[in-house]
Amino acid sequence: MTTTANAAALALGDDALVLSHRLGEWAGHAPVLEEDVALANIALDLLGQARVLLSLVGDEDELAYLREERAFRNLQLVEQPNGDFAHTIARQLYFSVWQRLLYGQLASAEGALTGIAAKAVKEVEYHQDHAEQWTLRLGDGTTESHQRMQRAVDALWRFTGELFQPVEGLDIDWQALEAAWLTSLTATLERATLTVPVGPRAGGWAAGAGRQGLHTESFGRMLAEMQHLHRSHPGASW
Amino acid sequence: MVTDTRLEAELRALAGSVPDPELPVVTLEELGVLRGVQVTGPGRVVVELTPTYTGCPAIEAMTSDIEQVLHEHGVAEVSVVRVLSPAWSTDDISAEGRRKLAEFGIAPPRHRSPGEPVPLTLSVRCPRCGSTDTELLSRFSSTACKALRRCVSCREPFDHFKEL
Repeated sequence: MTTTANAAALALGDDALVLSHRLGEWAGHAPVLEEDVALANIALDLLGQARVLLSLVGDEDELAYLREERAFRNLQLVEQPNGDFAHTIARQLYFSVWQRLLYGQLASAEGALTGIAAKAVKEVEYHQDHAEQWTLRLGDGTTESHQRMQRAVDALWRFTGELFQPVEGLDIDWQALEAAWLTSLTATLERATLTVPVGPRAGGWAAGAGRQGLHTESFGRMLAEMQHLHRSHPGASW
Repeated sequence: MVTDTRLEAELRALAGSVPDPELPVVTLEELGVLRGVQVTGPGRVVVELTPTYTGCPAIEAMTSDIEQVLHEHGVAEVSVVRVLSPAWSTDDISAEGRRKLAEFGIAPPRHRSPGEPVPLTLSVRCPRCGSTDTELLSRFSSTACKALRRCVSCREPFDHFKEL
């Protein structure tokens, strides 16, 4: 692994790890049992991807449990709190469409991440399908569910510009990726009778610096909970 | 190295006969996750295993079960390595494996064609009454590899080994 390949594996590994942890927070709290199981399964897929990616960089446990906030390279989108169920679905929709497009490209190119991308993209197809089905159901549902889904896609919109910031070590046409993402997103939101949010998707005060190690307020608290056990009981195992 | 080849085939049969820890009706060979067995020296064997899903926790149990079986057959050093590429597909499940899954009450996966998105339209047959009138309850079920469905005819919910 070269240094740049390491940087890419770290960025993508952190995305998967952090989103996996956020989804895990739903365990026991999802609206219905099937959804509890679904979110936990998606979290498990992401955790598996994170383990493979972080193991390319170093010791997976040290990387997950002993790094400080500023050393994480995940997108700010994935660290956003779960919010209500609509927020979780909007975050899933934005991320899974991006991940499927990106991993699809990585899978068809020769590189250090080809194998894991080819494996993961098949799992992500189900994540995207899950997010799209819920977006349709909530957007085109009751007045209340429509309002909440619209509020969620609006609220997370400003974190989506960062998805297309070039990642060191990934040979990707980011503009083309962004265009494909927007096309897919627009089609789903329109089918769900939702309005594609207006306004900038990046820039502003902080949105879009996760890849540089700058994170939003809630991320520190999430890490504290995620790392607490490992830090309190070094070397503990099942 | 004729003996090695023969030995490898013998050890592969042993490793392949290990039951899946979560779906014990099928063996690892039938599930298609055993990628290779190589004798690398006297008493030293490397086994290549591929996960169904990247995060599938069953792979750890598979690893220790393979180690145990091969140790019991006199192999001193067993190293089980995980390979991701080429990615496992439900098309790797053998015909016998599919038959056993159905018999166990789990609808086997449909065949996928390359490049095709998640199959939505082809019907899944109820493993209990055989009806093709079944509905999807959730794409995610008790393990990473299964979806939850219900038979409209006999009303029984059942697991479906979803296509990957």
